[in-house]
Amino acid sequence: MNRDDFEILKKNIIYFDNGATTLKPNVVRDSILKYYDEYTANAHRGDYKTSAIVDNLYEEAREKVCKFINAKEKSEIVFTSGTTNSMNMIIFGYFKNYLKEGDEVLITLSEHASNIVPWFMLEKEIGIKVNYIDLDDKHEVSIDNVKKAITDKTKVISIAMTTNVVGDTRPIKEISKIAHDNNILMVVDAAQAVAHNKVDVQDMDIDFMAFSGHKMYGPTGTGVLYGKFDLLDKVTPFNYGGGMNAMFTKNGYVELREIPTRLEGGTPNIEGVLGLSEAISYIEDIGIDKINKYEKELRKYLISELDKLDFIDVYNKEVDTNIVAFNIKGVFAQDTAVYLDKYNICVRAGNHCAKILDNELNISNTVRISLSFYNNKEEIDLLINVLKNSENIWKEIL
Amino acid sequence: MDRNLKRSIILDNYQNANKKYISDGEEFTKINTRNVSCIDNLDIYIDLEDNIIKDISFEGEACVISISSTNILINLLIGKSKEDALYLIDNYLKMINEEEYDKEVLKELLVFDDTSKQPSRIKCATLTANGIKKFLENN
Repeated sequence: MNRDDFEILKKNIIYFDNGATTLKPNVVRDSILKYYDEYTANAHRGDYKTSAIVDNLYEEAREKVCKFINAKEKSEIVFTSGTTNSMNMIIFGYFKNYLKEGDEVLITLSEHASNIVPWFMLEKEIGIKVNYIDLDDKHEVSIDNVKKAITDKTKVISIAMTTNVVGDTRPIKEISKIAHDNNILMVVDAAQAVAHNKVDVQDMDIDFMAFSGHKMYGPTGTGVLYGKFDLLDKVTPFNYGGGMNAMFTKNGYVELREIPTRLEGGTPNIEGVLGLSEAISYIEDIGIDKINKYEKELRKYLISELDKLDFIDVYNKEVDTNIVAFNIKGVFAQDTAVYLDKYNICVRAGNHCAKILDNELNISNTVRISLSFYNNKEEIDLLINVLKNSENIWKEIL
Repeated sequence: MDRNLKRSIILDNYQNANKKYISDGEEFTKINTRNVSCIDNLDIYIDLEDNIIKDISFEGEACVISISSTNILINLLIGKSKEDALYLIDNYLKMINEEEYDKEVLKELLVFDDTSKQPSRIKCATLTANGIKKFLENN
């Protein structure tokens, strides 16, 4: 649905790599152009009209994000460059000060690198311990396994809302409840979730949450860090300098501004944030529940069609999201991706930045299809046809 | 070279790669290619003695171009002096990068002479060559 909203879809591509980045609707592009053509100015800086326009739009964007994820107040929303940036900001700006040697952080084997590598670095730096919540037979997180993994030293549970290879969506609200009952903080990587599911940080009682703009129809280089006010207020800034200080004197006295401005030192990615703002409006205009329903139905169709092909292994048949991981039997994932590319079908091959998941899946590399609302059954039929002819794969790609 | 012949040489070295096994003897040095690629993951085992490449093998998971080029390259390098091996690798890399190169030394590697037409495959075709080159230059 809504295919006409995307100029790029006129270019005869079948884009199935929405987990990597989504396409950008024309309205997002237009909002960025408008910033260039009509009111280029810095935010929070000038006294002239265009500067005031930018100021308002920038803070409006914050308001929109706040409502979109149902944060309590807009000061809990920090604009970042993406999920990785957001995760690093809290892991090194908050948890480095809050955690002590021997404290335990729980993650899972199916996390994205941005929710693993910074924790490993912190483990080396201050001696915390990174432990894993076991995944069940379907590579999913069960409440029982969360309970089993918790010890009296567990201080943080840091997991994705939706994972980027298996595509399972975790019961965040229930896990948060268990976490808080045990004085554990709940950190959520929502990068793969926000464009596909309704996310409510208050209802789910999330302490910190990170996500990217470009995976939700917005520009690259944009992201969000959400934190409950009292926690976010304790995050040490990464960037000291302009925009984030209230005053400083020649003898070294520095007073910093309030959050979230304090955590956004330097000129922000203004056009990106304005684009993200437009992307949120765009998603809301269609309706996240409508998107969710459509994508799930489309996925069911894709799975039912793939199921008819006995030379295809699907690794995550039962999950209820937009992601399908598969291989053509006996063909390396990358070769399948190159083959599909011959037909302008864009898929991702690889370990999808979840390099430790192969311990769990016993396969290192898969072809991943991640659907969006602009995909449709006709595209899936084309894909299936191309896969049906894949006995010719070597002839086609060599 | 005829497209069909090229394809059959590439496929043969992929499906029946004769040097695809682990060499864990003490004389072998293991190098891994993972650091330059997200997806291909090959371990290369090299036995370099008295300036001569005595043996090389490889193991791991990678695409058809990676595995096939690795197998062909390795077969050509075995028995060569370090200098000759580097000369061969340099000419192979020149071919892949569409520069002037010495055709004589490349033999079956010539099946990859049009790899540059598929830019996404250049890394696959050069993964092992670059890994071995680095090893030889440092040893």
